[in-house]
Amino acid sequence: MKLRWNVVAPLALLVVLAGLPLFATEYMLHIGVLVLLAAYLATGWNILGGYAGQHSLGHSLFLGIGAYTSTYLFAQIGLTPWIGMWVGALFAAIVGWFVGYLCFRYGLRGPYFALVTIALAEAMVYLVTNLNALGGAEGLDVRWVGHNPALMQFEGKTAYYYIILIMTALLLFGVQRYSRRRFGYQMIAVRENEDAAEALGVDTLAVRIRALVISAVVTALGGVFFAQYYTYINPRNVFGEGPSVQMLLFAIVGGLGTVWGPAIGAILLVPIAEFARSSLGNTFSGAHLLLYGVVLVLVMLFMPNGIVGLVQTLERRRRGGRA
Amino acid sequence: MTFSPELIAQSIITGIMIGGVFALISVGLSLIWGVMRIINFAHGEFLMVAMYIAYFLVARGGWDPYATLLVTTPALFLLGALIFRGTIRPILGHPSMNQIMLTVGLSLILQNLALVFFKADVLTTRTEYTRMILSIGPVIIRVPQLIAFIGSALTAFLLYWYLQRTDTGRAIRAAAQNKQAATLMGVDVQRIYLLAFGIGSATLGVAASLMISFYYTSPTVGLFFGLIAYVVVVLGGLGNFLGTLVAGLIIGLTESVGAAILPGSLSRVLTFALFILVLLFRPQGLFGGKRA
Repeated sequence: MKLRWNVVAPLALLVVLAGLPLFATEYMLHIGVLVLLAAYLATGWNILGGYAGQHSLGHSLFLGIGAYTSTYLFAQIGLTPWIGMWVGALFAAIVGWFVGYLCFRYGLRGPYFALVTIALAEAMVYLVTNLNALGGAEGLDVRWVGHNPALMQFEGKTAYYYIILIMTALLLFGVQRYSRRRFGYQMIAVRENEDAAEALGVDTLAVRIRALVISAVVTALGGVFFAQYYTYINPRNVFGEGPSVQMLLFAIVGGLGTVWGPAIGAILLVPIAEFARSSLGNTFSGAHLLLYGVVLVLVMLFMPNGIVGLVQTLERRRRGGRA
Repeated sequence: MTFSPELIAQSIITGIMIGGVFALISVGLSLIWGVMRIINFAHGEFLMVAMYIAYFLVARGGWDPYATLLVTTPALFLLGALIFRGTIRPILGHPSMNQIMLTVGLSLILQNLALVFFKADVLTTRTEYTRMILSIGPVIIRVPQLIAFIGSALTAFLLYWYLQRTDTGRAIRAAAQNKQAATLMGVDVQRIYLLAFGIGSATLGVAASLMISFYYTSPTVGLFFGLIAYVVVVLGGLGNFLGTLVAGLIIGLTESVGAAILPGSLSRVLTFALFILVLLFRPQGLFGGKRA
């Protein structure tokens, strides 16, 4: 019987990752959480950016909507983030639909879409900074109520690690599954040749908007986790350009429009970036962002299809140049 | 809040002055787009580099702020040309997303290099012009802002004249309109691209020297001006030269009048709201998407 590596390898990885807290230190778990969150967010960005081919430079818009919604609802009416996350996801879906409609209706794609998303995210930074109800520039704290699973607050990092591990595993499973279904092929068709897709009866506007809404919901849920894990959010650190750039960076380095690319990008880059930040951060505060910039330029110049793309090309060559 | 007519008049004057500078900053971005269909997401960071050059010449070298033009303009032309030659030209035929991401990477590099070399400090320089004002009735005009406005208008006019009336300018416009046809007519399109990228960047050198008397420098200053430029070029219609100039003035007025009537930095939100409204009703920009 032939081993199906695309099933066995992810399951083996999942088992290893699930066992990690048994022997890992708190710091290793922290790195694990950062890697998984990055992998999760990049995979969410990749649905729109990789599969549907629309590159958002302002995906922090949705991260921030999720984070602020759940945190605000918890602070004001004590609503548990377990429910608040779905309210945040709903808001993100509405905003995502609106943005998608706004842009794709008139065919504002490619560079235009990038400009619009970056401007919208930045507008939110200024808007929230000026809203005292949302804590203004100071941001919002997730008030610590002690270890309370019902309110998504936990002592130590193990529980957070498992939450983001499950979120990431579910998301990757979903992407793996749906990329081989009708909607996945529709997205790729729209990305590769819009006119041809349209001629074959694909509603390209609907497909793009749907990809954006799904991506927005995924990102907003990640934003809720972000807020619960860091217990503090402010306009710059959730709506700013930092998170936006990281989401797309891992996806691009790993391989756009591939199931595993974004996760591979995060696994490779986040530990290096964290090492740079912790060892050089005192004297050299932009170290990890500088590294990201260099990686992005080099990848675009020398391997624009990312790591997975490179591996696929090599694989094809090994098999004798058949596509 | 009370809105006195003087306050409104004052904010309109200031808005026009600042809008002129916004227009100059955006014209280069629009030119580069018009010629080679690339949005340089490091545009704001190029301006930041120019502002540091101008700052050090003035603060450490004791230069007259406007004399720094002689350094910032060629320096930025060179920076633009080198970056184009080294990183953008090799991937000109690639999907536009690759070029976007490459320039995003460049902006991260420049921003964080500035952070390494100059720390996060906000640097301001007080020149002999900084405190000069002209009073017209109740309205005050700050001389450095007036000079910046006039300088921006002159530069934009020169650039427009260059594009319309000189042979090289015509070649640039030809390359923008139809690359193949221009090549057949003997235009060296690669050289034109290099030139356009250099000129588009050099305008930022002019802008930096004009602003250094009244605006601060910091590693993240490019973020703000970059965003302003993106909003302005979309508003004016990407690649539309005159549209960009008018849009610059509109955004200057929005920011300035907004700041006078709204609390905090909400005027910035007004700018983005205007941006979204234009996208809703005139996505091709206020003045159409035609190229200059």
